[in-house]
Amino acid sequence: MAKITYIEHDGTEHTIDVKPGLSVMEGAVKNNIPGIDADCGGACACATCHVYVDDAWREKTGTPSAMEESMLDFAEGVEPNSRLSCQIKVTDALDGLVVRLPESQH
Amino acid sequence: MSDPQARVVIVGAGHAGGTAAALLRQYGYAGPITLLGDEPIAPYQRPPLSKAWLKGEADAESLALKPVSFYAEHDIVLRLGVKAVAIDRTAKVVRLEGGEAVPYDILILATGARARRLALPGADLKGMLELRTAADAEALKAAIGAGKTLAIVGGGYIGLEAAASARALGAEAVVIEVLPRVLARVASEPLSSFFQDYHRARGVRFELGVGVAGFEGEAGHVTGVKLSDGRVIACDAALVGVGAVPNEEIARDAGLDCANGVVVDLEARTSDPAIFAIGDLTNRPMPLYGRAHRLESVPNALEQAKQAACAIVGRPAPAGEVPWFWSDQYDVKLQIAGVPFECDETLVRGDPAAGKFAVFHLKGNTVQAVEAVNAPPEFMMGKQLIAQRRAVAREKLADPTVSMKEVAA
Repeated sequence: MAKITYIEHDGTEHTIDVKPGLSVMEGAVKNNIPGIDADCGGACACATCHVYVDDAWREKTGTPSAMEESMLDFAEGVEPNSRLSCQIKVTDALDGLVVRLPESQH
Repeated sequence: MSDPQARVVIVGAGHAGGTAAALLRQYGYAGPITLLGDEPIAPYQRPPLSKAWLKGEADAESLALKPVSFYAEHDIVLRLGVKAVAIDRTAKVVRLEGGEAVPYDILILATGARARRLALPGADLKGMLELRTAADAEALKAAIGAGKTLAIVGGGYIGLEAAASARALGAEAVVIEVLPRVLARVASEPLSSFFQDYHRARGVRFELGVGVAGFEGEAGHVTGVKLSDGRVIACDAALVGVGAVPNEEIARDAGLDCANGVVVDLEARTSDPAIFAIGDLTNRPMPLYGRAHRLESVPNALEQAKQAACAIVGRPAPAGEVPWFWSDQYDVKLQIAGVPFECDETLVRGDPAAGKFAVFHLKGNTVQAVEAVNAPPEFMMGKQLIAQRRAVAREKLADPTVSMKEVAA
C-alpha cells in the first residue's frame, strides 16, 4: 500500500492507503474524496482529475504523455506541476505522495 | 434542506444512482439512504465494458464505482437484485417485485435505459447478444475468441467499439447498418468515413445500407444474420446494438411527466417535487441550446447526480456543463463536445487522412458542437467556445496552422 495525501483547495487533507496498480485518481474516487470528478473514468479524455503534484514528488511521478500534456494545456488553472491524476499509476515508490486539488474542480 | 432525516431512496444502482448516493454523503447528508439495484453487483462503470474490459485490460474491481465496503462504511443501504415495479406517490412507497413496499420521503429515479431489441424471427436464439450490463459483456467476451465471427447489427458506438475489441482478440467482425454510413444518427459524415476506413484497414467488414430480416440458427443457436436482400452473414454470435430506450415505465405509470424520458428541471426534479430523476432516463433542459433533450452519457449522469444531491442538501446548484462524450477504438481517441442542434455549417479542421482532425458544427458564427479525433486542443477549446457562446472567425478555425488558443483569443 502507498499512503497518498490529497489536499482540497480549502486545505482539508485526506490521507489514504492506495493499492499499487490503481491510479492516483482511482484512489481518490474510490474513497469519495471531493475535488476529483474523473468524468471519463481514467480514459485521459476529460481533464476533471487535474491535480498539482507536490514539488518533492514531481520526479517520481514521471512526465505526462503527449496526450495528457495536450489536455492539460487547456485545463483551468494549469501550473508546471499540473498532472491528470488518472495518468499517475500508484507504486510502492509513491508511498507518501502529496497532491493538491484545484479550486476549479471544487 | 427541509428535513435532515428525510428517507432518500434511489431506484437504480448504476453510474447515476451510485454517484448520487456517494455525493449525498460527501455533501454531509446524514439521513437514511437506500440504493436499490436490479443487477446483482454494486454500482460500476459501463463505458469500459465495450472497450478496456472486453479486451481484458480492466477487471471487475477497477470497474466498480466504489469498493464494496464503501456502502456499509457510509451507512448506505445497498440492496442488489431487487426490482422496483411501481411507485405509489400517495403512500410515498416504492413497490418491489414480490410485494415489499419501501417508504421514501425523497425518491431519486436512476433506472437508466435498456438496449433496444429487434422483433425479428430468430431474435431469441442463443448467441444473440446485447451490451448494456456486466453480464452482457461476459457473454460477449466468451463469444469473441480467435477464429470466431461476430456479426454486429447496428453501426453505432457500441457496435464499433465491440468490433474494435473483437479484432483485438482475433475474432472476425461484420458490422451491418441499415443506413448508408456508420454513426449516421450520432456523428457527422467526415467522422463516419474516417471510422469506416479505420475499421476496414483493421479487418472489419461492413454491410451498409442493408436491413436485417431475421436470424438463422441450428439447434437453437444463431448461425447467421439474414439480410433484407436475401444474403446470409454467417456468424458464431450476433450483437445487436441499435440504440437504447429509457426505463421510464414506472415513472409514467405513476403519472410523472414523460416525453422520451422523464421530464426534469435543472435540479433534476420531476413533475412531483418529492421525486428526482437522473441519468439516461431523463429528458432534461439544455440551457446552452434553449431546448430539452435526452442524453445517454456518463458526464450527464454525473451532472444530474450533482444537481439532485445539491438540491436535496440545500447547496447552490452546480454550474451548467457542456454535454460531452468519448469513444476509444483501437488507438483512436474520439472526444465530442456539445450537440449539433440547428447548425448551418460543418467545418473540418486538420486532415482526416492524417488521423488527427476535428469537425466543428456552427450556427452562424458560434460553435454548437465539435467532434475531435486525436485532437485534444480542439476538444478542450471547442468545449469552452460552446460554453461561452462566443463568435469565432471561421477562416482561423479552418486553418490548423492557427493554434486553438489564437482562434479563441
